[in-house]
Amino acid sequence: MDAEISGGQAAANRKFDIEFQLLVDAIYHLYHYDFRGYAAASLRRRLRAALSRFECESISQLQDRVMREPKIFPALLDHLTVQVSEMFRDPAHFRALREQVVPFLRTYPSLKVWVAGCSSGEEAYSLAILLREEGLLPRTLIYATDINPHTLGRAEAGIYSIDRIAGFTINHRESGGTSSLSDYYTAAYGRAILDKSLRERIVFSDHSLATDSVFAEVQLVSCRNVLIYFNRELQDRALGLFRDSLCRHGFLGIGSKESLRFTSVAGAFQAFVAKERIYQKRDPA
Amino acid sequence: MSAYAEFCARTEAIVLGASAGGVQALSELLPALPGGAQVSVFVVLHLPRDRPSLLADVFSHRCALAVREAQDKEPVAPGTVYFAPANYHLLIDEGPQLALSVDEPVHHSRPSIDVLFESAAEIYRERLLGVILTGANEDGAAGLAAVHDAGGITVIQEPQSAQASLMVLSALRRRSPDLVLPLGGIAQLFGSLAPSAAPSRTA
Repeated sequence: MDAEISGGQAAANRKFDIEFQLLVDAIYHLYHYDFRGYAAASLRRRLRAALSRFECESISQLQDRVMREPKIFPALLDHLTVQVSEMFRDPAHFRALREQVVPFLRTYPSLKVWVAGCSSGEEAYSLAILLREEGLLPRTLIYATDINPHTLGRAEAGIYSIDRIAGFTINHRESGGTSSLSDYYTAAYGRAILDKSLRERIVFSDHSLATDSVFAEVQLVSCRNVLIYFNRELQDRALGLFRDSLCRHGFLGIGSKESLRFTSVAGAFQAFVAKERIYQKRDPA
Repeated sequence: MSAYAEFCARTEAIVLGASAGGVQALSELLPALPGGAQVSVFVVLHLPRDRPSLLADVFSHRCALAVREAQDKEPVAPGTVYFAPANYHLLIDEGPQLALSVDEPVHHSRPSIDVLFESAAEIYRERLLGVILTGANEDGAAGLAAVHDAGGITVIQEPQSAQASLMVLSALRRRSPDLVLPLGGIAQLFGSLAPSAAPSRTA
């Protein structure tokens, strides 16, 4: 039953998969962005959306444009990478950082934090505010990295639509915030502009977990809801970078539905606050 | 039951989508899945996004099959019901394995039924059974059409028996399903998924 339908559909899917691989390879060779290790299901979905956005009937057609019209690529990159995050997303995670990790961070004379895959910056600013409240920000440098220069620009600007602030404020309060979120932004023209003093402690820079290497020794890595977009090999690579970047007994925070269970790097970390997906680097055996 | 038998024989996975009224509908359906059934079941139920989902806990006590909240990269096991976590899309990836994403909401929903159904249709094709239940949202119509186009079986809850009918009506308008059934009928369909009812799957 329906053999014809599913047969035709199977052929179409197969073509899509072939074209999909070709496009990913073309992007890698031409623009040096490596999506080859991205989880296929989400990437496929984003590519399908990109087809209608760029009014292409097939991926081959999109590939043709990507290769010949350099202006197309940044827009496609946005389509393939941008995620909207929230400030203090999963407040319980930030509460656990504040109550259980900060006491360790306090013991360091200077602190470095790496927010990997920072997208539009919400996570980096949340950590900056938390560290400010805990009196640690003046001695902290936060590296916020992403592969998309356009997103990094937006992150650096630190401007968010005012209608998102109410949600951020609730999250911040639930995370155990000791000050008012309104202390950290100025509202104007329907936007909230985050305080410059936060931005001064954050270095936004271009870094790929797929192709770049370790650049600093840090005490805390925060990489939340980024690993879900990677396949296992790329996850292993990224987690390897985190392991190598972390100081002895440094901390790693990942997304609330992410897990180290399925990676080969799991042995390098031990659960620190298991429920909130906060791990601590283990001494090498 | 003979029409059912054919469906059951090739069904390897079931995707279920529901919104308003969904908890009740699922309370009737999920316990109807017989112990020993080899299907994998994936459920998207729209929920308030900031609350941790207790669905897996609630249903695991009532179901013969194992019930879990989906974890990213988890290999799909037979005889298991997976719930999409609140505030994440659930997708099925090659393997098959579970995949989560925080991409934009679809029809104001995350998890979205369309996202689950479309990704599952690509992996399971004609071995997938898609079910749209009660809900006051248009999410799921495109997803069920994708299940149909991939050769899978499509079932829509009878609108009169749905607590909220917009979701089932949108799905009906989009593409004629294989079956329109009241909850009891869907439960019966699920009941026929016992391993003995599916000898041809191993062929």
